[in-house]
Amino acid sequence: MSILATLTQILAIVVALLAAPAFLGWINQCRAWLQNRRAPSVLQPYRGIHKLFHKEIVLAANASPLFRAAPYIVFGMMTLAAAIIPSLGTKLPFTIAADSIALVGLLATARVFVSLAAMDVGTAFGTLGARREMMVGFLAEPALLMVIFVAALVSHTTSLPLIAERQSQETLALYPSLAFTAVAFTLVLLAENARIPVDNPATHLELTMIHEATLLEYSAHHLALMEWAAALKLFNYACVGITLFVPFGVATEAQGPTGLLLALPLLAGKLLVAGAALAVLETVSAKLRVFRAPEFLATAFLFAVLGMLVHLLLGA
Amino acid sequence: MGPLASPLAACLLLLAGWGAIGLAGLLRPRSVEFAGRILFLVGAVCGLALAIVAAANIAAPPEQMVLPIGLPDLPFHLRLDPLSSAFLALLGAASTGSLIFAAGYFRQGEGTLPGLLCLQFHIFLASMGLVLLADDAYAFMVAWETMALSSYFLVATRHQIPEIRRAGFLYLLMAHVGAIGILLCFGVLQGGTWQFTFDAMRAAHLTPQWATIAFLLALFGFGTKAGLVPLHVWLPEAHPAAPSPVSALMSGVMLKTAVYGALRVTFDLLGAPQWWWGLVALALGLFSAFYGVLFAAVQTDMKRLLAWSSIENIGLVFTAFGITIVFHGVGLETLAALSLVALLYHCVNHAFMKSLLFLGTGAVLHATGERNLGRLGGLIHRMPWVAWLTLVGALAIAGLPPLNGFVSEWLLLQAFLFADTVPRAFVNMLLPIGAAIVALCAALAGYVMVKFFGVIFLGQPREAALAQAHDAGRLERIGLLWLAAGCVLLGLFPVQVIGQINAVSGLLLGADLGSATGSWWLLAPAASRQATYGPLVLLLVGAAVIALAAFAVRAVYHARVRRGAAWDCGFARLDARMQDTAEGFGQPIRHVFQPFFLMSRELPSPFDAAPTYRVLVVDRIWRFAYEPLGQIVRRSADIVARLQQGRIATYLLYSFVTLIVLLALVL
Repeated sequence: MSILATLTQILAIVVALLAAPAFLGWINQCRAWLQNRRAPSVLQPYRGIHKLFHKEIVLAANASPLFRAAPYIVFGMMTLAAAIIPSLGTKLPFTIAADSIALVGLLATARVFVSLAAMDVGTAFGTLGARREMMVGFLAEPALLMVIFVAALVSHTTSLPLIAERQSQETLALYPSLAFTAVAFTLVLLAENARIPVDNPATHLELTMIHEATLLEYSAHHLALMEWAAALKLFNYACVGITLFVPFGVATEAQGPTGLLLALPLLAGKLLVAGAALAVLETVSAKLRVFRAPEFLATAFLFAVLGMLVHLLLGA
Repeated sequence: MGPLASPLAACLLLLAGWGAIGLAGLLRPRSVEFAGRILFLVGAVCGLALAIVAAANIAAPPEQMVLPIGLPDLPFHLRLDPLSSAFLALLGAASTGSLIFAAGYFRQGEGTLPGLLCLQFHIFLASMGLVLLADDAYAFMVAWETMALSSYFLVATRHQIPEIRRAGFLYLLMAHVGAIGILLCFGVLQGGTWQFTFDAMRAAHLTPQWATIAFLLALFGFGTKAGLVPLHVWLPEAHPAAPSPVSALMSGVMLKTAVYGALRVTFDLLGAPQWWWGLVALALGLFSAFYGVLFAAVQTDMKRLLAWSSIENIGLVFTAFGITIVFHGVGLETLAALSLVALLYHCVNHAFMKSLLFLGTGAVLHATGERNLGRLGGLIHRMPWVAWLTLVGALAIAGLPPLNGFVSEWLLLQAFLFADTVPRAFVNMLLPIGAAIVALCAALAGYVMVKFFGVIFLGQPREAALAQAHDAGRLERIGLLWLAAGCVLLGLFPVQVIGQINAVSGLLLGADLGSATGSWWLLAPAASRQATYGPLVLLLVGAAVIALAAFAVRAVYHARVRRGAAWDCGFARLDARMQDTAEGFGQPIRHVFQPFFLMSRELPSPFDAAPTYRVLVVDRIWRFAYEPLGQIVRRSADIVARLQQGRIATYLLYSFVTLIVLLALVL
C-alpha cells in the first residue's frame, strides 16, 4: 500500500464526511433561489448538526439498545460506502474488500437499521415510516443494482475504481445503454434520498413523511448522526453517479499527487452542477402520492433493465 | 482397521448411533428428562461428530461399501464421495444446533410422548443421512420413504388439532407424489440393464430423449420435496404445523436432501446434462424465488412466513442449479463451477439461517403461546437473547454484508454477471433478466425480514400477556448461539468454505475455483474479472469506524440522556394497537403485486360500533390447480365407489362377467 494510495483513501473519506452537509446545503440554496425565497447559507446543515450535538438526548421510555446503536451503524455504513466510491482517485486500497455489489449491500444494511430503529419505539408514525422506507427500498435497490450491472458489463468488472478508470478513458464515447441507466439512476437517487417527487425533505406533515417519519423519535446526537448519514448518503449517490457516467478527471494511479489536486476542484464543479440539476428537478416536479411511488420506481427498474438489454443487443 | 480409518464406516456408525438413540427413547418414553433432554444432547454430539468426519474427508476419494441388509440379491450399496460429504457436513452441523435447542424445548403434555418424539426425531435424522449415502436406487428409496414417514409423524405431533392433521395429510400425499416421480426417474436411468445400483446407472447410455425424460422426472420428484412452485403447496402448511425444532430440520436440512438428489441425478448419474435443461430449472427457480418472497411478505403467521421464505431460498438454489447446467452444457466450466459453488454455499447458509429463525420462533412460541404476528411485539426487552440471535439470522437471510447470506448472493450475481460469453445469443439476453429477478428477490427478502423481526421483537407489546414472556432456557440459547455463530463464520470466511466445497465441484463438473480464490481473507472467484470481496476486512473496518464515531461523540460532547414518553405527534392517544401490524406491513406488497394474489377484503364502514377488518390472501395456484385436481380425484373416487357395493353377490357377479368376457375374447 503506497503512501499515495493511503492518502487517496483517507482523503476520499474525509472529503465525503466534510463536504456532504455542504452539498445538501447547496441543493437547498438552489431550491430556495428557484422558488424565489431567501436562500439559507450553504453552511446551514453544519449549524443544524452542530446544534443537535449539544442537545440532551430524550429517549423514549421503551427504546431498546438497538435504537441507540442504529445511528452509529447507519453512520458507519455510509462512511464505509464513501470509502469505496472513487470520487477523487481510483487508487483506493479498501475497495479490494468491497465491490459495487457490496456497496449496494452496505446501503441496504443502513436502510434496514433505519427501519428497524423506527419500529423500535412502536409509535404509529414510526412504523408507518419504516414500512414506506422499506417499500421504496425494495424497488430502488434492484434498480440500483441493475444500473451498476450495466456499468459492470460494459467494463467487465464489479470493482468501482476499475469501472471509473475504464469509463474515464473513453471520455467522449456515448453508450446508449448508459443513457438509459443514467435516467434510471437519477430516479433511484431521488427516491432513495427522500427527495421530491417520492418524499419531501421539508415536510412537517407526518402522514406524508417517509424518511423523516423514521427519525421522529431521534434527538440530539443520535439525530445529528442520522442527519449527517442522510447527507452522506446523498453525497455518496451523487459520487456514484459521477463515477458511473462522468468519471473523467478522476485521479488515476499514473498521475500521482497532482492528479489528486486536479481532481478535487473538478469533483467540486461536478457536484455543483449535479446539485443545481437536482434542485431544478425537484422544483419542477410535484410530490407523488405514496401509492404512486412504486410506479415511479418500477419505471426506474425497467429503464435499468432496458439499458442492460440495449447493452447486450448493441454491444455498447 | 478401526472404524475411524474409514470415513464411510464412521459416518454409518454415527447414523446408527442416531438410530440407537431413538430406540433408547423407548426405554423411558414418558420421561422428559431422559428421552427429551439427555438423549437429544447425545444426539447433538453425534451430529457434531458427523459434521467433523464429513467435513474432514470431503476431498477424500469416493469410497464404497455393500451392506448385506435389505432384500435377497438387493443389498444396500453405500458410497461416500465429496457430494455426500458436503451434505452430510451440512446435516451434522445444522442438526447439532437444532438438537441442542430441542433438548431444552420439548416439555410434558404437548402431543406425542417424549420417547416417541425422540425416536421419530432421530430416525428422521438417520434416514436423511442414509439418503445422502445411498448408492443404489433401492437403498435410496427406502431411506427417502423413511425420511418422509418419520417427518410426517413429527409434523403430526399435535394431531389433536384438525388443521395439523390436514397439513400432515397434504404433506404425506405430496411426498408420495414426488416419490413416484423419483422412482420412475430411476426406472428410466437404469436404461434397460435392470441394474439399480448407481454405478450401473452411471455406465448406462441413454438416448437424449430418455435422458430428458429422466431429468424432468427428477426435477418433478425432487422439486416436490424441495417445494418448487407450483409443487410447493404442502410446504407452507407442513412446516408451520411441526414443532419448531422439527420445522428447523425440515426447512434447514430436509429440503437440501432434495437439492442433493437433483444434483446427484443430473450431474452424476446422467453425466452429461443438456444445456437447455438448465433453462427449465432456471425458470422454475426464479419463479419460485419471486413467488415465495411475495407470499412471505403478506403472511401474518410467523412460521408460515418463514416457510414461504424457504420456498424463496430453494428458488434461488434452483436458479443457481439452472445456470450451472447451462454453463456446464455449453462448456464454460469456470462459470459452472462458480454457480455450483454459489448453489452449495447457499444450501449451507440456508441450513443455518433458517434453522436459527425457526428455532427463534419456537422460543417465542413457548414464551407467549402465540404464532400470530398481530399479537406479538416488544419482545426484545423480555427476551434479549432470542431477539439478538434472531436478528443475526434475519440480517443474514436478508443478504446483508458481512453475514453469510450476502456471500452466496454475491457469488450468484457474479455468475450471472460474467455470463455474457454463453455462445447462445438469446440465453445471453435472458440471463441478465434473471439477475434482475434475483436482485428483486434479495431486496424483497430484506423487506420480509424487517417485517418479521420488527413486528415480533420491536415496538410495544400488542397484548398485555406479553409482559410475562420469559427468555429462552440455557440449552435453547446454546442451540441458537451455535447457529448464529455459524451464520457469522460462514459469512466471514468464505475462502475456507469454498476451499472445502471445491471438491464437490471437481467431482461433478471436473472443474473448480481452486486457484481462483485469493488469499485467505479475500474472495476472488474469477481472477480475470477483478471482482473481490473481503468480509473480514469489511467487518473490522466497519467496526472500527463505528467505534471511532461513538468514541468521538462521547469525547467531544456530553452524553446526558433523559427518558421520556414517545413523541405522539400531538395526537395524545397513541397506543400499542396503532402500530403497524403484519397485515399493515404487507399492504404495499399486496398493492404493488396485486395480480399475484387472490384477495378478499372486508372493510369496516365508518359507522360500525365494533369495526372489523379482514383480509384473506389465497395462493392462486392452490385455488386454480390443486382444488380442481382434488375435485376430479374425489369425483372419480365417487364413480369407482359405485362399483363397491359391499355385497358379496355383486362382487361374484363382477367376477362372473369378467370371466365371460375373457372367455369370449380367448375363444
